[in-house]
Amino acid sequence: MSDNLLEIEKLNVDYLVDKGEFRAVKEVSFSIGRGEIFGLAGESGCGKSTIAYAITRLSKAPAWISGGSIRLDGQDLLRLPERDMQKIRWKRIGMVFQSAMNSLNPLMRVEAQFHDVLHRHTGCSRQESRARADEMFRLVGIPAHRVSDYPHQFSGGMRQRIVIAICLALKPELIIMDEPTTALDVVVQREILEQVVDLQRSYGFSVLFITHDLHLMGQLSQRIGVMLKGELVEVGDVRQISEAPLHDYTRKLWNAIPQIPGKAHLSGVPA
Amino acid sequence: MNFALQPILAQKKAVAGLIIIVVLGLMALFAPVIAPGEPAARVGRSHQPPSVEHVMGTTKMGRDVYRQFVWGARTSLAVGFATGIAITILGTAIGLIAGYVGGRTDAVLDLVTNAVLVIPNLPLLILLASFAGTVGPMTIMVIIALTSWPWGARMTRAQTLALRNRDFVTASKMIGEPAWRIIFVEILPNLTPLVGINLVGSIIYALVAQTTLEYLGFGDPLKVSWGTMLYNAQNSSAIMVGAWWDIGAPAAGIALTGLGLALLNFTFDEIANPQLRSGPALTRWFRLTRARNRQLEARR
Amino acid sequence: MRPQANPYGAGPVIRLKKIERHFGAVRALKGVSFSLFPGRALALVGESGCGKTTCARIIARLDRPTGGALFFRGQDLTARGQAKDEHLYRKNVQMVFQDPFSSLNPAFTVSHHLSRPLRLHGHSAPRAAFEEGIAQLLASVGLDPAVTKHKFPHELSGGQRQRVNIARALAVQPSVLVADEPTSMLDVSIRKDILDLLARVKREKELAMLYITHDIATAAHVAEEIVVMFAGQTVEWGDTDSVLANPAHPYTQLLLSAVPDGRPFVRGDSARFLEQAEKVRSLSRPESTVIEQIGPNHFKRALGAAT
Repeated sequence: MSDNLLEIEKLNVDYLVDKGEFRAVKEVSFSIGRGEIFGLAGESGCGKSTIAYAITRLSKAPAWISGGSIRLDGQDLLRLPERDMQKIRWKRIGMVFQSAMNSLNPLMRVEAQFHDVLHRHTGCSRQESRARADEMFRLVGIPAHRVSDYPHQFSGGMRQRIVIAICLALKPELIIMDEPTTALDVVVQREILEQVVDLQRSYGFSVLFITHDLHLMGQLSQRIGVMLKGELVEVGDVRQISEAPLHDYTRKLWNAIPQIPGKAHLSGVPA
Repeated sequence: MNFALQPILAQKKAVAGLIIIVVLGLMALFAPVIAPGEPAARVGRSHQPPSVEHVMGTTKMGRDVYRQFVWGARTSLAVGFATGIAITILGTAIGLIAGYVGGRTDAVLDLVTNAVLVIPNLPLLILLASFAGTVGPMTIMVIIALTSWPWGARMTRAQTLALRNRDFVTASKMIGEPAWRIIFVEILPNLTPLVGINLVGSIIYALVAQTTLEYLGFGDPLKVSWGTMLYNAQNSSAIMVGAWWDIGAPAAGIALTGLGLALLNFTFDEIANPQLRSGPALTRWFRLTRARNRQLEARR
Repeated sequence: MRPQANPYGAGPVIRLKKIERHFGAVRALKGVSFSLFPGRALALVGESGCGKTTCARIIARLDRPTGGALFFRGQDLTARGQAKDEHLYRKNVQMVFQDPFSSLNPAFTVSHHLSRPLRLHGHSAPRAAFEEGIAQLLASVGLDPAVTKHKFPHELSGGQRQRVNIARALAVQPSVLVADEPTSMLDVSIRKDILDLLARVKREKELAMLYITHDIATAAHVAEEIVVMFAGQTVEWGDTDSVLANPAHPYTQLLLSAVPDGRPFVRGDSARFLEQAEKVRSLSRPESTVIEQIGPNHFKRALGAAT
């Protein structure tokens, strides 16, 4: 049994167009270890989101997986029939996408949505879901009594935390996060991601963290992969990538984000 | 607006629809050439089935059905298209203004739209016709136009509201474009697919409304149109005596026109909503996905 | 509070004085004051909902304040002025929007987008003069006129679209440019280019620029002065360098500490950060009119009393 939870080998994903196809992901290979946070960086159109959808086999037309393998604990997900794949989604691989905060049903109370997901995947009772929801809310720092509120009563950042809570409730082995905080303020972003890091430490799940912000990635990930036009141009330890990037594009991406001159720190809250 | 025409021509359905309409239109236009003579003239024995001499047979009064069909197309298509265009212009203009200006203007126009929406078209026409005796094509056109625009106005208003909040409209305001220019030059071109749908729907509606009136006997019996053909056929109990061609010809004319327009409509729908587009790539994707799913199931 | 006299000696082009904006019970702006000077940029920084977009809309005349005053070149234009005053204001204040795609009309080419402002604000000139004007505008924003002129918005990249938007705003020859998050929807690797373009244009045309962003790190890149907002109030403002080097208000400090800098999170720290963030927010929310001076051009609003 290898150390790696997820192994992607020579993945090819094409977008079918009227005359032929356009290769969006070209022979991409990388692996994510158990309990590791792996960051996938790149700009729009580089293929990083395409990979996220491919792993969960949720690729929408016209994206077509034309080659390669995606092994979860040795089992190739691309060779699984849909029925088996359904058992893997959410239970073993969780997903948090950019607009996930908008994917909560506006007409249902949050506890009901928790129960919906938990019951479908574990068959637990309403009391059990409620207890789990209370626990998860505490973990993501939202007062537990709010579990019976409706989604619109929470801010965008809190809704994103609720989605992460629902995701974690099923104790998946891998969580894929695709630009989970891009639409949120920098303070809320930090709140959420610091929490993710702590939860990851307690639960031991792996994270595939996708974003265009290399600096942000540097704060979370142990290893980083950089994508450009469908190809993985550099993969490595976060230290190495930030201090001595090998590829020109990595350097360009790293330098493109403006830094605050002489940054100050949060020294303390005045009385 | 070259970006609007290209997708139309690329779709097979649209091309088929366009061909049908163009053929019918040309037929009507060249009536004197392809069906010379007086359509009301008595040319044969009564209720003759289609033959070499009379391709579509004759009516009870001995008139050539084919000649009536071709000349009748002139009136029916002309009134149908003209009325359809009038309905679309009215509805689009009102919807645009209501959607863009908003406020009190919108409230007033909304009230008017709802009021007109409630008016039952045909009963009103029938009422007016029974007072007037008979109603000529012009009058029919005006009354249908004045009572059928609300549906299009509603659609246009909704779409205009959506576009009004887009940044390019705000940008136009900021560089100082006058309101009328923003409505008719900046916003309107973005509504082309919607106007297309509106136009097609209105023409079909107008054609059927006009025909219905004439069928019920409110048309001008002296003018030949598909509607009056149906009226005459009905009055001469064509079906009962087995003269199917008498009713069949005008009915086929209307059905064909409707078909042509409906095919065109699909395309406007697809332009307006790109998700409906079924290009060859999408078909290929579905085929491949189905094949793969079957393969994976078999492996279990 | 009076701003430090600017080195150019000219008075402010736009001055906001204790602007209030209420939407029913919600008070989006509570007494906001700042000024825009020619050839200088002011960055307005804060989280979404802090009121910075409302300020931008008021300056762009897309919204009216509920209270306070707006001065344009010393003239009080808070209320609706005469037609010619409004027209003059329109000519002088232009805006670049956040979404480069929805800022352009998909039905028309770049040429149309640029010829309209030229026609509306230039003098009725022959066709050739317009072609010349369009070419010049495109070149000034770094686009190749011959290639770009005939393209439709969907044929351009995000960066190119934003350049066209900037060109359109410049075509009117304004004296004030409001840039509302101009790079947040663009790819990371081209953001700096667009910001550099804005800085260059500001210098060359002596524009008074208002740069709105939620990304405080980019403020230093573009703006000489900065205003940090939270919950409808300005909490700290002044020289960008001074504010960023010595943030005095707890909210500014929180904002700066949250900017990703590539250094790994301290594990186990999330609860502490969350608590601190909540505390700073509740301290910064109450209204206050007391202003403290920290440096020559560096001010902070004292914390208000909790309700």
